[in-house]
Amino acid sequence: MSSRTTDEKLVYMANQIATFFESQAEGTRAERVAEHLRSFWEPRMRDRLFEMMDAGQAEALKPLARKGAEIWRAHGQAVPAHSEEE
Amino acid sequence: MKDFLIPFDGPGGTGLHDDRDMGTPAATSTSMVTLSIDGFEVTVPDGTSVMRASAELGIQVPKLCASDNMAAFGSCRLCVVEIEGRRGTPASCTTPVAEGMVVHTQTSKIKKLRKGVMELYISDHPLDCLTCGANGDCELQDMAGAVGLRDVRYTPGDNHYDPSGTGARSQAEARLRNPVGINNPQFIPKDDSNPYFTYDPSKCIVCSRCVRACEEVQGTFALTIEGRGFDSRVSAGTKLDDFMTSDCVSCGACVQACPTATLQEKSVIEIGTPDRAVVTTCAYCGVGCSFKAEMRGDELVRMTPYKHGKANRGHSCVKGRFAYGYAAHKDRILNPMIRDSIDQPWKKVSWDEAIGFAAKKMRGIQDQYGKKSIGVITSSRCTNEETYLVQKMARAVFGNNNTDTCARVCHSPTGYGLGQTYGTSAGTQDFDSVEDTDVVVVIGANPTDGHPVFASRLKKRLREGAKLIVVDPRRIDLVKSPHVAAAHHLALRPGTNVAIVTAMAHVIVTEGLYDEEFIRTRCDWEEFQDYVEFVAEDRHAPEAVEMLTGVPAEELRKAARLYATGGNGAIYYGLGVTEHSQGSTTVIGIANLAMLTGNIGRRGVGVNPLRGQNNVQGSCDMGSFPHELPGYRHVSGSEVREVFESLWNVKLDSEPGLRIPNMLDAAVDGTFKGLYCQGEDILQSDPDTKHVAAGLAAMDCVIVQDLFLNETANYAHVFLPGSTFLEKDGTFTNAERRINRVRKVMAPKNGYADWEVTQLLANAMGGGWTYTHPAQIMAEIAATTPSFANVSYELLEEKGSVQWPCNDASPEGTPLMHIDGFVRGRGRFIRTEYVATDEKTGPRFPLLLTTGRILSQYNVGAQTRRTENSRWHEEDVLEIHPHDAELRGVRDGDYVRLASRSGDTSLRALITDRVSPGVVYTTFHHPTTQANVITTDFSDWATNCPEYKVTAVQVSPSNGPSEWQQDYDAQAEQSRRILPAAE
Repeated sequence: MSSRTTDEKLVYMANQIATFFESQAEGTRAERVAEHLRSFWEPRMRDRLFEMMDAGQAEALKPLARKGAEIWRAHGQAVPAHSEEE
Repeated sequence: MKDFLIPFDGPGGTGLHDDRDMGTPAATSTSMVTLSIDGFEVTVPDGTSVMRASAELGIQVPKLCASDNMAAFGSCRLCVVEIEGRRGTPASCTTPVAEGMVVHTQTSKIKKLRKGVMELYISDHPLDCLTCGANGDCELQDMAGAVGLRDVRYTPGDNHYDPSGTGARSQAEARLRNPVGINNPQFIPKDDSNPYFTYDPSKCIVCSRCVRACEEVQGTFALTIEGRGFDSRVSAGTKLDDFMTSDCVSCGACVQACPTATLQEKSVIEIGTPDRAVVTTCAYCGVGCSFKAEMRGDELVRMTPYKHGKANRGHSCVKGRFAYGYAAHKDRILNPMIRDSIDQPWKKVSWDEAIGFAAKKMRGIQDQYGKKSIGVITSSRCTNEETYLVQKMARAVFGNNNTDTCARVCHSPTGYGLGQTYGTSAGTQDFDSVEDTDVVVVIGANPTDGHPVFASRLKKRLREGAKLIVVDPRRIDLVKSPHVAAAHHLALRPGTNVAIVTAMAHVIVTEGLYDEEFIRTRCDWEEFQDYVEFVAEDRHAPEAVEMLTGVPAEELRKAARLYATGGNGAIYYGLGVTEHSQGSTTVIGIANLAMLTGNIGRRGVGVNPLRGQNNVQGSCDMGSFPHELPGYRHVSGSEVREVFESLWNVKLDSEPGLRIPNMLDAAVDGTFKGLYCQGEDILQSDPDTKHVAAGLAAMDCVIVQDLFLNETANYAHVFLPGSTFLEKDGTFTNAERRINRVRKVMAPKNGYADWEVTQLLANAMGGGWTYTHPAQIMAEIAATTPSFANVSYELLEEKGSVQWPCNDASPEGTPLMHIDGFVRGRGRFIRTEYVATDEKTGPRFPLLLTTGRILSQYNVGAQTRRTENSRWHEEDVLEIHPHDAELRGVRDGDYVRLASRSGDTSLRALITDRVSPGVVYTTFHHPTTQANVITTDFSDWATNCPEYKVTAVQVSPSNGPSEWQQDYDAQAEQSRRILPAAE
């Protein structure tokens, strides 16, 4: 689908990440979503996602994606990042 | 050729680079045998031939049918020797050494025999040595000299070389084969159908080396000896076939093996024999074959596989061996060019003007739109050193982390998946490891086309008895080819890899086939238990996923049992794994399987990503990704940043930069305005072409550095001519983490090596770089990157190549990873939940398109399309199952319209049951097809690797090119206009 806007893609990508971690063991799923976002998302993507969340334009976000994003926003660089190697 | 080889013999006379043919393969026994040859004692491994033992002493026993890359054959009778206490004159090639054996290689009896044999050979050979293409490089000529043949006593009679000769043999056959006017029924005219070599039967001595090379080395079995006795002839296929119409894949092994001019490179016939050779590394696929670039002056005469190359062991494919003509193609752009906007024609300018123009534009963009408004794309076709400099340009000169590489669209999920489970972003084995494999699992890879030299090594192991499991929607050649048959072909529906891999794990876990001792010793036990709980659920059983995957449950169970219990199990996978919305999950699933069965940490096992381009591994290692500095270390790590900050004397950004698709999105949104793209053609290779074009068109400055005006250059403002792999020094790192030297064999036709061009641009933007040779760049890489700490050009000269990690812990490199423990400590099992892609089939788009590549073409085809390789593949075609074709009224060869939700294109149909009903397949080698107009922007959840392998499409009859293709052609033609250079 090529008709998606960047905003739609950001929400879609965040949901994809959340979908993966939803299947993982309970306990730290949201933290791991936050860790993934922090590790791989460029600041303008992050900022736009937060803007959309604040403006009520990210209603399609899954609860886990939203929770992960909120953790990221709350802790910023304090969320651990990972590379391909840990 | 009398080799003048660069580099010279190994240090201390180790013979590392000794290029002699030792006659027979080396024996591998650890038991040693001592014997005497011509009065000299020699100790060799048990099983060594007398011929090879002699060669070890420096005694070259005359030979014609023997070669050290294939089993001894014993037909030419030239290598006879005398052995004390034994009767007769045995062939030294087929006679193994024995303790205390006393051998004489030169006695009066032997001399007489050899001379007699040579006289018979020469009596049926055209003595046109002075005008022969092999003059000076002919073993028959050499052997005639070696045995002292001075005359031929036989009266001329029946022969194979004289077209006007007379004979009474097989007149009917002669009429079939020969044009009118040739009276000798034994004479067969030269076959020059192959674009790269000729077959001249009149010069053949029927030694069978070509036939054996085709069988033993290449594994294609295209050649045979037809007829008996005097009628024996080498034949490619049936009597009506020539080399071009036969099954020959043009790997060159037969040409390499031929001791005469029977099989001869056309380039040697045209140019003459080379006078020097430089060992270098192929610039095509991720196998990373070593070659000798054989030169006369600064002209490349031919590329021949280097027998000491540790990746290819002396073998080659049609691309590396022959398809180098693009380097001198007329389309190559050798002058820098600029333009203010993409609707203008190009203007040729000096290097100074082009670099100044580009630097000013990029700095201007940053002034207007901010530091993060520009970025780079590094090339997996360029060297490590060049890639390192391009990412350094982004980080140290642009001041951001906007660097990405083509691995984004191929193996980025490998980096993520293996990093998460094992702790390192690379394959675990070397290619030699396959020699000890008992069960090979090939998932989503087509090695005979994509990685042909490794495929030959794999097929050799399969012929020796290893079992094969293929997981692929298509019936790839490996499933059934001469003397190779897969035990199981799991022809899954595209997009269901995770379900298959998880179901295999289900079988292994629920049937108790896992290696508990390995897991307890090497892996995190708690995570394993969590994984077991997940994977044992009934919903992951083969029976439960059969409807979804299309793979019969019992077949899947058998495959899983075979992998778990069949001995050493090795998994090889390719882009059919990674290029999915769940690519990273499948890689994790594969890593789980290997840990479950204990197939990690020794020869014959492991997880082996088959890398697409020559330096995909290296470009990732060098810090091309936007979140990682060289050596896979996250940019947020202050200690790591400090290493580079102190060396580069700049402050580095601590947050990730944009990935390629993010760059294009940001461009469309107006926040990303400038791109320096070295050696990649994202317009053709990346998905959703229209979106790529929109992103590029929205930028203010696109700098393309390439050999040709590629498709991306249609949207560029600056074109910086690139150099080929023949024109520069550097290193490539192949799929087995092997760092191989690339050596300059001629001056850059464009004036500069690519690393020099990057340095010019960096310095025009204030970089202050002072490299004078790539060795200095490698020294910087080693100084900053722990896994490369001991790598240097000196070490590479000494060892030929090394595999990273190469540091104090492994001073000479690491052929096998994770031997005593995983890099991350304990191996980590991770749940792999199957999530269906959102790219769904439906009434409008009922078929699934998957894409791939073909043997003769490479990637976007920029190089191979400019060679004779296009004779094998002139256009992309759409493979479609007969049922699907009939339903749509499509006949073989018809033009069809291929449409998806993203766009549509037209190409010809190839009706074949190689694909399953409901699945269609094509390649992306030709810009006229623009296969990526069809593919979507769906991508891997973890890495944004595009989902090339699953696109819902419809196929319908068509009259010709689509509107998009016609518009694109017009735009490309307009964009490629070049104004004459100013006086």
